[in-house]
Amino acid sequence: MATVQTLRAKKRAKDIFSSPFASAAAWIIAVVWTVPTFGLLVSSIRPDTDINASGWWNFFVQPNISFENYQKVLFEGTTTNPPLFQFFFNSLAVTIPAVIFPITLAVFAAYALAWFDFKGRDFLFFGIFALQVVPLQLTLIPLLQLFAKGLVIGDTTIIPDLGITGTYIPIWIAHTIFALPLAVFLLHNFISQIPKELIEAARVDGAGPFTLFTKIILPLSVPAIASFLIFQFLWVWNDLLVGLTFGAGSKEVAPMTVRIAEMVGTRGSGWEVLTAGAFVSMIVPLIVFFALQRYFVRGLLAGSVKG
Amino acid sequence: MHFSFLAARKTPWEIIGENFTLLAFALLAFGGVLVLLFLIAGRANVRAQEWLKYLVFLVPALLLLLVGLIYPTIRTIILSFMDAKSENFVGFDNYVWAFTIPEILIVLRNTAIWVFLVPFASTSIGLAIAYMTDRMKRPTVIKSLIFMPMAISFVGAGVIWRFVYYFEPNENRPDLGLLSTIVKSFGGTPNNWMLEAPWNTFFLIVVMVWIQTGFAMVVLSAAMKNVPDEIVEAAMLDGASPLNRFFRVTMPMIRATLVVVLTTIIIATLKVFDIVRTMTGGNFQTNVIANEMYSQAFRQMNYGTGSALAIILFVAIIPVIIYNVRQLRLERTER
Repeated sequence: MATVQTLRAKKRAKDIFSSPFASAAAWIIAVVWTVPTFGLLVSSIRPDTDINASGWWNFFVQPNISFENYQKVLFEGTTTNPPLFQFFFNSLAVTIPAVIFPITLAVFAAYALAWFDFKGRDFLFFGIFALQVVPLQLTLIPLLQLFAKGLVIGDTTIIPDLGITGTYIPIWIAHTIFALPLAVFLLHNFISQIPKELIEAARVDGAGPFTLFTKIILPLSVPAIASFLIFQFLWVWNDLLVGLTFGAGSKEVAPMTVRIAEMVGTRGSGWEVLTAGAFVSMIVPLIVFFALQRYFVRGLLAGSVKG
Repeated sequence: MHFSFLAARKTPWEIIGENFTLLAFALLAFGGVLVLLFLIAGRANVRAQEWLKYLVFLVPALLLLLVGLIYPTIRTIILSFMDAKSENFVGFDNYVWAFTIPEILIVLRNTAIWVFLVPFASTSIGLAIAYMTDRMKRPTVIKSLIFMPMAISFVGAGVIWRFVYYFEPNENRPDLGLLSTIVKSFGGTPNNWMLEAPWNTFFLIVVMVWIQTGFAMVVLSAAMKNVPDEIVEAAMLDGASPLNRFFRVTMPMIRATLVVVLTTIIIATLKVFDIVRTMTGGNFQTNVIANEMYSQAFRQMNYGTGSALAIILFVAIIPVIIYNVRQLRLERTER
């Protein structure tokens, strides 16, 4: 055994991939990956005269710190160009229901698909799984028309015009729809793993499908729900396309991403406002990410590393 | 919309107040309906519960998917064969348009470059980092830093990289962009990076690679952890070199995951829209399908060409999925 162990140690020492050389290479890549974001952060806290006079790395020669850019981008604005803090709250108002609605409906559907016995169950499950690939772009025009005009086939009105264009409601519904396939798939993977004996025991005790859900399924799926929650939060908060199209161009509901993209497009706004604005839009997801990274990774893996 | 003259007088706090009232109302209504449903259904007799359970648990999601994904897909297929205002059928005109107009051909070419380069580059780099950190004692900080761009929106990433690529045309003014400064310090002359085709497309691709590498790394790194130590050690004892071990042992063991990672990134790349829109607006020959689809449908208000582009996007995704499913099945039967 001793010889095997020394041999192992020798091989390991020779292994260039676990050598200090590999560690150094990994560190260099990590630093290169971080520098662009770091540059933005540094720029955002420099006075605007400094930003436009020299590159951000000069901050370390002349460390002038100013939060004026944040003050300016967050609170200065007009009625046609509202200040960014309004969009911050818009993002919150978009995100909270757009996370809660799809997760709730997905837990329901995942439970049904995992534990109800009915014909065509597998077909439904694979159908929903396949819907994951439908690109958002494919649904934009018909869905927008649906929200604006309702659904009329021939002379029969199937869904009436609800008059909700320009409110949050279309954005919430759109996010809910687009999240469902992946959410159902991930939660089904988890909920179907709940031991059968547990379910049977509860049934013998007289629990109906509803009691079963609230007493057993829901408490046990909390970890999976938490993972998907982070996933969906980051997705909705960072989304541009849904906010842009389903927000109907209304500044009163547009999330921050839409505003930042608009600021990039207009020549008027200088780097000082743009860097601070971009950082404001990134701060919440970054906090969530660093605080809950473990759960986020778990959700990601549940979706990617299958069987 | 109709009340814009009134809206103009509202202060931000008033708007936020109204929005959060709607938010609170929506959440309360949603919660209220659920509680009510569970109360009623929970009291119902066993027989009623047998069909009520489908109505409560399954039908809402199915209905949303039907109205929100299946119906729009069919409708978009129909719209792609109609004119700009969806009034007359025009046959394959929109598709002929997409494959003959030089401008759109560039869009298709760019999308092909994206779809080829982004998955390849991010998966390779991610794989390399995963392997390099696999036996490291404390890889957490490195991994977190490389993974971090996943938390940043494509719009945010666009701003970050616009700043990196910033070009100062006036020679007397200092360079603010990192790339120009680095090129100058090596004695080169910086260009206006975003203007020169086809290189500008590659500069945009770097942004997507920057975002997706972390995803590839995390997933592949988890797959590598699942490779049994005995196999790796057996290969070591047999005297396999690290590179040999990597290609002969590690790679085959994580092949299924590699396929999943590649296909996930391919699909994400096909749909890329935000990066191009924030960085060049699709100008200077950098446009891609997803952004052109948006421009056609919502700028030009041409639902025909917009829908046709969406369908082309969808058709491009289908083979990826078929391959993915087949690969997965293969893996399952092998076991």
